[in-house]
Amino acid sequence: MVGLEHFLTLSAIIFVIGLYGVLTKRNVIAVLMGIELMFNAVNVAVVAMSKYVVPQALVNNPAATGEELVNKVLTGQVFAVMVITVAAAEAALALGIVIVIYRMRQTADVSEMSLMKH
Amino acid sequence: MSPSGIEQSGVFTAVWWIVAVMSVIAAILVVHLTDILKAALALVGVFLGVAVFFVMLNAELLAAIQVLIYAGAISILIIFAVLLTRDIQQGNPSNKLRVPALLLVGILLAVLVFVVLNSEWGLLREAQLAQETQARVAEVYSNSTPGIARLLLRDFVLPFEMVSVVLFAAVVGALALLRER
Repeated sequence: MVGLEHFLTLSAIIFVIGLYGVLTKRNVIAVLMGIELMFNAVNVAVVAMSKYVVPQALVNNPAATGEELVNKVLTGQVFAVMVITVAAAEAALALGIVIVIYRMRQTADVSEMSLMKH
Repeated sequence: MSPSGIEQSGVFTAVWWIVAVMSVIAAILVVHLTDILKAALALVGVFLGVAVFFVMLNAELLAAIQVLIYAGAISILIIFAVLLTRDIQQGNPSNKLRVPALLLVGILLAVLVFVVLNSEWGLLREAQLAQETQARVAEVYSNSTPGIARLLLRDFVLPFEMVSVVLFAAVVGALALLRER
């Protein structure tokens, strides 16, 4: 029997693994991969809540059958679509910046990039 | 609130545990491996595991989007960037903060799991909904794409347009990076 707690605990585990990657890795791309792990963990959590948790609109009208109210159960999935879109744009730009910096400084090490001036 | 009661079955639970353990192992490999190309491939494994979870959560459109965008485009971008910034001697070491980060992350995980297990989630299957409402909800889950489309274009039209602006800003930023001085 798989319930909401299983999905949310799994999401928390992947989130803290991504956070560990962001905090300890020295390669910039490894930090970005940790950030992507965190995005994915949040998506799993939000979609699990969309499946298992009753939205407030249905708590207020328990006998609603109109489309606008019943569709609210999918709010978590819409949130996940937004997160995926913004994460894709951010990953593309961040990787572009990493490549430009690598061309200028020949290094992808976070500890060498602490000053913006060369 | 399932259309077919599928999450009561043992096969579902077994598949869930297998995919969950594999995803967590892949995530640990992402942050642990020294060779960053292998870490990028483990990240692709995590993306596919998350897509399987979306299918298990009746979010088929989202699973397709996840495979297309994450396991498709973002993974290729990451591998592209890894190959263009190859640092042969260094690899991908950790900095000096390993033990404090491990402590912080352990405490955060404990707090999150405590909150998850002790919260009063308003579960859908415990809510006292009318019979017809339950049938309509099951119908919405079984065919989620029109529901997501209606939500995006009616209730959430403003975030939808703002995401368009974000994508536009990303394109302008990428062009600005390429500008010859």
